[in-house]
Amino acid sequence: MSSDPHLVEFFLRQGDNALVLGHRLSEWCGMGPALEEDIALTNTALDLIGQSKLWLAHAAEIEGADRSADDLAFLRDAYDFRNVLLLEVPNADYGRTMLREFFFDAFQLPWLKALTDSTDDRVAEVAAKSAKEAAYHLERSAETVIALGDGTDESHAKMMAALDYLWPYVGEMMVDDDVDHAMAEAGVAPLPSAMRPAWDDTVNATFREAQLPRPDTKFAHAGGRNGFRHTEHLGHMLAQMQVLQRSHPGATW
Amino acid sequence: MYAQMIKSEATQEDTEKLAAFQARIDAGQKIEPKDWMPEGYRKTLIRQIGQHAHSEIVGQLPEGNWITRAPSLERKANLLAKVQDEAGHGLYLYCAAETLGVSRDELTEMLLDGRMKYSSIFNYPTLTWADMGAVGWLVDGAAIMNQVPLQRTSYGPYARAMVRICKEESFHQRQGYHLLMHMMKGTKEQRRMCQDAMNRMWYPALMMFGPSDKDSVHSEQSMRWKIKMNTNDELRQKFVDETVPQAKYLGLEIPDENLRWNDERGHYDFSEPDWSEFFDVIKGNGPCNVDRIAARQKAWDDGAWVREAMLAHADKKAARRAAGELKNVA
Repeated sequence: MSSDPHLVEFFLRQGDNALVLGHRLSEWCGMGPALEEDIALTNTALDLIGQSKLWLAHAAEIEGADRSADDLAFLRDAYDFRNVLLLEVPNADYGRTMLREFFFDAFQLPWLKALTDSTDDRVAEVAAKSAKEAAYHLERSAETVIALGDGTDESHAKMMAALDYLWPYVGEMMVDDDVDHAMAEAGVAPLPSAMRPAWDDTVNATFREAQLPRPDTKFAHAGGRNGFRHTEHLGHMLAQMQVLQRSHPGATW
Repeated sequence: MYAQMIKSEATQEDTEKLAAFQARIDAGQKIEPKDWMPEGYRKTLIRQIGQHAHSEIVGQLPEGNWITRAPSLERKANLLAKVQDEAGHGLYLYCAAETLGVSRDELTEMLLDGRMKYSSIFNYPTLTWADMGAVGWLVDGAAIMNQVPLQRTSYGPYARAMVRICKEESFHQRQGYHLLMHMMKGTKEQRRMCQDAMNRMWYPALMMFGPSDKDSVHSEQSMRWKIKMNTNDELRQKFVDETVPQAKYLGLEIPDENLRWNDERGHYDFSEPDWSEFFDVIKGNGPCNVDRIAARQKAWDDGAWVREAMLAHADKKAARRAAGELKNVA
């Protein structure tokens, strides 16, 4: 199979988003604020790790460089990762973790639904499986954001702080670049910017109920989707995630 | 001491009721939450189910320690699922304890302030990836040995929780064994990790069955009440007999020079664990006691604002709904 760099890039972006967020959520396992939250958060992490396996396996296959999904996950350096920056910043508290999850889910659900119409069967297939999971993720993260925004003065203040921190990272999900245009022309995927109205609707409706104001700044950090400039946090995540694969080259587990 | 306390309370109960209660247990009937039960039975069950629940929750920590370092996507997913199962077991068990009139929050507070214990095995560290195999194989294996008979325990909600838990635990045990099997076929370093895990985990796993029968304070009454079904030493022997051939198949050496088959007894002879170490760990001096409780305390404290906010939101929502309904009526 001939390798299409744009298509490989596209699959990596999907796989890395799922992997990096799944990893961040997995950091909560056993530490949640209540058993039910712990279990639900782990469920989401499991869904995302499962999705990342599917996307990365296709990326590896299309790339044709004799690498596996695990090679891509555990043996690439930070500049080869293609996730948005929003997903790699640290969890901090439960409020920030859930607000980040919500921002991503609000993009991911319409995105995956649109991808089910992809001209590429592999994309349509992974998207169809993942969209069902994303619908549940969004339902839960939106409910949690509403509860924490509306709950107590303390929880409201924590959600405001989380919002201040995360807002500059949300724009990157919906900025188009050359890869996106190539995918749109080939009918593989819509432009990410086309998700903006759906994302705005979900965020506005949820924020109204959560008593959270929508920040008026449109500034957006960038550098994750194209790997040009990740945050400092990704390197630490990878140092931990990749330690066994890096320390024992060639070993299988 | 506790056993004596139970006894003195029990003797104050109405003797006829007690006899009828014991007769039901002897006839193999299940005791259900609304049934009359001696105070000692209730207390012993709360202690046992609570400790079991706490063990599941604290037991998430040593394995959780490796989730972010799992070496493949599949291993990461398996480990996440396993630790999540443990949270689920904790949840069923806290629910079973709640039927005896103690809340999950009360039990959690008793864990955090040291009034209640959890299994001493979770006070040992997990130091290499092979520990994820050894915990599954030996620790879950020993837990199954303890828990399978509890599916027939006299208290209904506990027995039913154990049925589901045992199914999942035996899956975990197989998963752990396969992980080690894979590593034993790998590099020299991987085999070394496996043997190292075996060396560290063997005796703590034997300790999981509790002190020798002659030193066990809770046994006799609990056996009569069918809260406990076998003695500690019986279960420990069964565990050794089943585990030795499995270790041989893996190519792992059990760190016990006295281990040998005894034809006359039809069992393996083996060395007792160092019970002074066991009692040290119970007293709080295990390698990880302080860290484990600190981690649970931190999760509890860090989560307080979330739990409060969720309750506050639920109250506000109910109040708004009620106000809305009033307005509609007006």
